Amino acid sequence: MTLLMALTIALVGGEIHTMDGAPMTQGTILIKNGQILAVGQDLVIPADADVVQLDGAIVTPGLIDAWTQLGLVEISGVDASNDTRSGLGDLSAFHRVVDSFNADSSLIPIQRVHGVTTVLVAPSGGLVSGAAAVFDLGGPVPISPDVGLVVGLGGQRDGSRGSRFWRLRALFEEALNYGKNKMLFERNQYRNLFASRLNLEAVLPVAQGKKRLFVRVNRRADIRAVVDWAVLNQIKLVLVGAREAWLEAARIAEAGASVILDPTANAPSNFDSIQSRADAAKLLLDAGVPVAISTFSAHNVRKLRQWAGNAVRVGLTQRQALEAITRRPSEILGLDGHGLLRKGAVANFVVWSGDPLEFESTVKAVYIRGVHQTKLHRQRVLFERYRKLNPSSSHNGSEDAQP
Amino acid sequence: MVTRPLGLSSSIRSLASGICLGLILCSGCGLSTPSTKAKKPKPVVVPFQPPIAKEPGAFDAQSVQQDSILIYNATLLTADDARPQIEGGWIRINNGLIEALGSGRAPKIMKGERRFDAKHGFLTPGLVDTHSHLGVYPSPHVWAHSDGNEMTNPITAGIRAEEAFWPQDPGIERAVAGGVTTIQILPGSGNLMGGRGAVLKLHPSRESRAMRFPGAADALKMACGENPKRVYGKGRRAMPMSRMGSLFLMRKTWIAARRYKLAWDTWRKNPEKMVSGVLMPVKPPKRDLNLETLAMVLEGKINVHVHCYRADEMLLQLKLAKEFGYKIKSFHHAVEAYKIRDVLAREGVSVSTWADWWGVKIEAYDAIEQNLALLTESGAIAVLHTDSEEGIQRMNQEAAKAYWAGVHSGVQLSEHDALKWITYNPAVALGVAEKVGSLVIGKHGDIVVWDRHPFSVYAKPQLVLIDGLIRFNSTEKRIPWSDFEVGQ
Repeated sequence: MTLLMALTIALVGGEIHTMDGAPMTQGTILIKNGQILAVGQDLVIPADADVVQLDGAIVTPGLIDAWTQLGLVEISGVDASNDTRSGLGDLSAFHRVVDSFNADSSLIPIQRVHGVTTVLVAPSGGLVSGAAAVFDLGGPVPISPDVGLVVGLGGQRDGSRGSRFWRLRALFEEALNYGKNKMLFERNQYRNLFASRLNLEAVLPVAQGKKRLFVRVNRRADIRAVVDWAVLNQIKLVLVGAREAWLEAARIAEAGASVILDPTANAPSNFDSIQSRADAAKLLLDAGVPVAISTFSAHNVRKLRQWAGNAVRVGLTQRQALEAITRRPSEILGLDGHGLLRKGAVANFVVWSGDPLEFESTVKAVYIRGVHQTKLHRQRVLFERYRKLNPSSSHNGSEDAQP
Repeated sequence: MVTRPLGLSSSIRSLASGICLGLILCSGCGLSTPSTKAKKPKPVVVPFQPPIAKEPGAFDAQSVQQDSILIYNATLLTADDARPQIEGGWIRINNGLIEALGSGRAPKIMKGERRFDAKHGFLTPGLVDTHSHLGVYPSPHVWAHSDGNEMTNPITAGIRAEEAFWPQDPGIERAVAGGVTTIQILPGSGNLMGGRGAVLKLHPSRESRAMRFPGAADALKMACGENPKRVYGKGRRAMPMSRMGSLFLMRKTWIAARRYKLAWDTWRKNPEKMVSGVLMPVKPPKRDLNLETLAMVLEGKINVHVHCYRADEMLLQLKLAKEFGYKIKSFHHAVEAYKIRDVLAREGVSVSTWADWWGVKIEAYDAIEQNLALLTESGAIAVLHTDSEEGIQRMNQEAAKAYWAGVHSGVQLSEHDALKWITYNPAVALGVAEKVGSLVIGKHGDIVVWDRHPFSVYAKPQLVLIDGLIRFNSTEKRIPWSDFEVGQ
């Protein structure tokens, strides 16, 4: 691995969509030590470089899905293989997905071969679900072990949405008070606080506006309330799901908040989502809101490019849709050097046989931190195993490849 | 279009008449003076269900005054093996049916005919989904409207999805906007024998009955695997807690169904007997709604659709079907079908599955993207189903995805094969392929006009016709079908 990374690799003759300007034909990418040394049309290729011919293939940054459960779930229905919820109550700010993340999950290479290189991994459940993390899909080390706190607002089975939002505000207020009076608190000289110290510690940087707050919320009234609250308290807000956000596009843009959404969610699925519409991404973008497209999935993160294609179907340009799965999520999540191809950026990119959003196109190669990723995965091995049926053999087919 | 009571063939009529007689006899009135002559009483026909599409407000394509419509300047993707593709094509729908189609110059306009320029777009048959819960699990998702699973007993063969169907489901209009014209609505898979499904045409309607596909047989929805054992065994410590229990209960129920059928067959042969030289009516067997449905399966009047993921369980279900003499029309979900595709091809059992959905349950862990492609290559009847209000809006995309997954892996199949996954093959699985599923003269006027090849992610329907009626037109302002969406 280290040897490989020390090499300079030159990928030559591609149509490079840097997401940092217009696409360039006959472009070259130079990479070393997991980073991009240069992208350009007339680059001098070092004599010792390993040269890969792209033959006009399209290159994009690695795709980024800004809301997944990858590495937390193997089989949703098998409880012990599902680590999305803390299980420790409605207030679980201390819960960190990074402590559950399984880099060896069989799901990961299955998504990666479809061009997804980077994902946000989100916890779920409760009012405060915990801290999300961001991973490149090439190893166990997170890019960001705590990219922000995840909370959920909106209609509940019991209790009002208002009381839920009040509880969140109270928690943030308490965290700030706790932050100002830590010494007294430690000496047991401060009034009782309803949240535990662990919760307050985790909430504090978010309440101080140092870390992102991801709010899963859909109804316009809730969105309006949470945006106004975030502005007043200088909280870094990302709206997640946000079915009716398009109705408050101007307010969200003005607040500097951003949105992660599913462009296929177009039905009134519940009483928080009556005004769902497929072209919400376009309406938000037109108003100046940064938008990332997500699959909100674990097993089907590989659909990300199809989801982007569907956003084009209802009004986004191809460029906007590609940005919504590369550059925008990187910006929204504050990732350094992800989502675009330029000098100094992380060498995460995908080589495509054609339009990345079309089914006909294949992924020819995926590089994560400069490392060419294997195309093998469990489903591929199963396919090879059953390519020819041989019912009399113990395992039905030919020798298995190793994933 | 002919509308008639569903499945009321002669034997059912006599069964029905028996029930009528039975009721009369049981209530102790009528036939109080037995005939002295050995003459059969004239049977009174009372169907199980009231006739379809004859009630006030019910949809009946025949009763709608329809102009002929001519669509031209399109590539026709017919899903018909005889002529899969027609370049520069046109098609004429008249009186709800495909009257003519061809290539070259469009024929002269007929009086009162509407013309539609497809502008070099593509034309396919209306899409058919064998597995939908639209109407029974409608939007908004609220408990009060969730009517797809009667999970009070693992055997509820006699209940009907049609009778829970909410025609105001906003998902219906969205499915049509995606090019879907025919669906089978099914009960869920919480029970081993979950009830009866029905085939519907997606007309806006006030009730499900008015949407029924004329002449299409009902389905019996069965389920193996995790769901029933989770609901009953894990949830309630009741049978089935294991797959052993599931098969035991299925077998036990089929044995009862066979006896039930025998009892009715016997009675039908001899509904009267001589008592002291007088011909007296014989009391018919007691009616049981579950067994009645299963008896209709054994008579071949109801199609069996089995929710089943694992290869070994599908093989078990095939054995069970042989044991009791019924045929399985389609395995649903069937993510492991590729492992037994030789058997499925040989037995002629269709497979309704997704392009790439997987992994949520351990029985769905061995899914591969080439399932549909491998089945097709082996000569099995492959069907792309959705089981989803989202997926049903983009069946063309799902087919495209599975097609390219196969092609890129070197599996032998054509675009025409893949189009059949969402048109002709599901029509076969539902037993309605003589009426829909391909662009052939005489079939229903169920047509989708696409702005580009439907296997592009960017393709959008421009026009959707069902029985010759325009049900979606991309150039017209949308007026919601569902009352739920009005005034919000």
